Amino acid sequence: MELDAIVIVLGSGVRLAAPLLCACLAGLWSERSGIVDIGLEGKMLAAAFAGAAAASVTGSAIMGLLAGLSASLALGLLHGYAAIDRHGNQIVSGMAINMIAAGLTALVGAAWFGQGGRTPSLEGDARFNPVLFGMDPLTIITILCASLTWLFLYKSRFGLRLRAAGENPAALETAGVSVRRIRYAGVAICGLLCGLGGVYLSVSQAAGFLPQMTAGKGFIALAALVFAKWKPIPALFTCFLFGLLDAVAIRMQGLSVPGLGFVPVQAIQALPYVMTVILLAGFVGRAIPPRASGIPYVKEN
Amino acid sequence: MTLAIELIDIHKRFGNVHANKGVNLSVQKGSIHGIVGENGAGKSTLMSILYGYYGATSGTIKIDGREARMRSSRDAIALGIGMVHQHFMLVETLSVLENILLGAEGGFWLSAGKDAMRAKLATLAKTYGLEVDPDARVADIGVGQRQRVEILKALVRGAHVLILDEPTAVLTPTEADNLFDMLRVLRDEGKTILLITHKLREIMHVTDHVSVMRRGEMAAHFETSHTSVEEIADAMVGRKVSLIVHRGPANPGRVLLEARDLVVRDMHGVTRVDHVSFSLRAGEIVGIAGVSGNGQSELLEALAGMQRLTSGGITLDGAPIDTSRLDPSHMRELGLMHVPEDRHRHGLVMSFEACESGILGFQHDAAYGGALLDRAAVESGLAADMETYDIRPRDPRLTTHSFSGGNQQKIVLAREIERGPKVLLVGQPTRGVDIGAIEFIHKRLMALRDAGKAILLVSVELDEIMALSDRILVMCGGRITGERTAANANPRDLGLLMAGVTDKAA
Repeated sequence: MELDAIVIVLGSGVRLAAPLLCACLAGLWSERSGIVDIGLEGKMLAAAFAGAAAASVTGSAIMGLLAGLSASLALGLLHGYAAIDRHGNQIVSGMAINMIAAGLTALVGAAWFGQGGRTPSLEGDARFNPVLFGMDPLTIITILCASLTWLFLYKSRFGLRLRAAGENPAALETAGVSVRRIRYAGVAICGLLCGLGGVYLSVSQAAGFLPQMTAGKGFIALAALVFAKWKPIPALFTCFLFGLLDAVAIRMQGLSVPGLGFVPVQAIQALPYVMTVILLAGFVGRAIPPRASGIPYVKEN
Repeated sequence: MTLAIELIDIHKRFGNVHANKGVNLSVQKGSIHGIVGENGAGKSTLMSILYGYYGATSGTIKIDGREARMRSSRDAIALGIGMVHQHFMLVETLSVLENILLGAEGGFWLSAGKDAMRAKLATLAKTYGLEVDPDARVADIGVGQRQRVEILKALVRGAHVLILDEPTAVLTPTEADNLFDMLRVLRDEGKTILLITHKLREIMHVTDHVSVMRRGEMAAHFETSHTSVEEIADAMVGRKVSLIVHRGPANPGRVLLEARDLVVRDMHGVTRVDHVSFSLRAGEIVGIAGVSGNGQSELLEALAGMQRLTSGGITLDGAPIDTSRLDPSHMRELGLMHVPEDRHRHGLVMSFEACESGILGFQHDAAYGGALLDRAAVESGLAADMETYDIRPRDPRLTTHSFSGGNQQKIVLAREIERGPKVLLVGQPTRGVDIGAIEFIHKRLMALRDAGKAILLVSVELDEIMALSDRILVMCGGRITGERTAANANPRDLGLLMAGVTDKAA
């Protein structure tokens, strides 16, 4: 490949990595606080739809962002209520959110805009456009979020408490801090970050919402989270690696590979998913999740 | 005398369970006050109320003469109460410093608080001799150090009342002595210490006063210097208990178990059992004494078929065992039963119902119905044992972990003993078990010996070894460093053998 092709692939790698990174950081905040969240996918999808719908109605990308964040935050708090206050099973609750989001976005979209679940195409101010090195504001915010996550998780009082809540909540409670409040804060941040990722998909990367447009990114983000061992900076690099794989796959479509000849598009598109499985199976080593994640914290028993 | 703590008529109910019934307690400032009682007597509940973790159903708490309302641990901390829980409240992945900082960070960003805390820790290290490495990860430090971190957590928050819940349960005797020295220093500096335990020797050793709880009530208060172990034990159990095992003369019969030149190497190639030979006769108890970690566990596991033998031979009732294919269930079929040292890891499945735990290892017996378990038979089996062994509560369907340590141990003992063993291997039979159950277990083992069974007893409690054994073998560094008969054993001599000072006289 020539140099400019490499630059193009790198640039598109960053853009493809951004939503993944949002979801991955979202999962990190939730799981480090002790709440397992397999509903990242659903929250992103809901935010993508709410964002695109609001942007198309108001003509403002900012309004789209706010709508997307709110939708995802609401689902995040719903998951929090089920997991924290009701001591529910977090896998079931997360799966329920995925199914609700998949069904509702398609149904409401079809009823509202009458385009088979799509939202109308977004143009001009209704989309986020590049401002710096071909990156739009949301990409920049996302990369910033990774550094801020590192800073707050490791250097702030809140981060210390959140990490303690995910490892040994009883230790936090006996130190005089409410586990419930810390965990709610964790799922709220998770909701907001998923919202950012979802809005990015429909208002920045694409010009509108398509049914099922998250295409499993929420689950790949979970895989990336395991691969990054629940740490923010490795999460940044893992997501970039996955984004790059995606970009290479797109680039290779329609190209003939020396020795193999013409490779079917489907095989190329499957590449990032196959790589995810291989990376997780072979290279991750011992990944130890936060010890208390997934376990409801019940004080009196 | 000023009172640091006054509890007046405290009641606590959990649903139908009345865990504390009108408890009164006065603790003098600057004293070490022991609280003893059997497991389930309500000690931990009472202390959790004092620490604000549970709310009392009714009653009054006075701290330094003033009535206090406690709704959470935060309130207790603000009133100067610190607690060291039996299961340490530490986050293993965090450093010592971060653990101490948790909840008392001193600002939004950690860095300033960390520097201030380092300085504070240096001062405390000087005042009380409480030295820790603030940058070590808690996962990497030993239990003695972890306990120190817990005490420091309380002290940096300005605690003047320190509650310790069963602090020596996980400590070696030396670590326990260090802890007691530390507690005396703290008391002499004016702190008030509440020590919860069921080990009476500790109470006599370190406390100024002692309060005894029984079935949710305060049964007695003593001044330690004016009481005795026997008096406290009677108050705890509510009847006369005998801490001395009565035993008749031994009647050793034929050799039932013979070990010849046993060698066990672990996965790292380290020799854990080093050419050990002994024989065990019908109608005798042979005790293996030694400091924990000197090969007793490996020896016991090898004999039970749980651990591979590197070399050596085992003969059971005259028949040689194929040591290349050791297997616990095969040993059981041959009449060698095993009460493992760690009942949680090897003896029981804690999340199973008690009756299911009660057939582990015997689940293929025809009595339980073959391929599909006969629930009625499984339940009635344990129900019968519950009567004989006084296992409480008498409900075979409760999960195993809802029983106290003593009752869990009785479930294991009943399972192994009631199958009529020829040889019984017993590891740490009374670890984490209350006095009433200890008395029962010792009597049961003695009865088994008198019935002509052969018992091999491994215990780190020298008192227990001396009370039960007819012959005592001492292990150190994987070798047997000496053998004594019950008649000519004394603790000092055994202690030397345990330290590896081999005897020439024998």
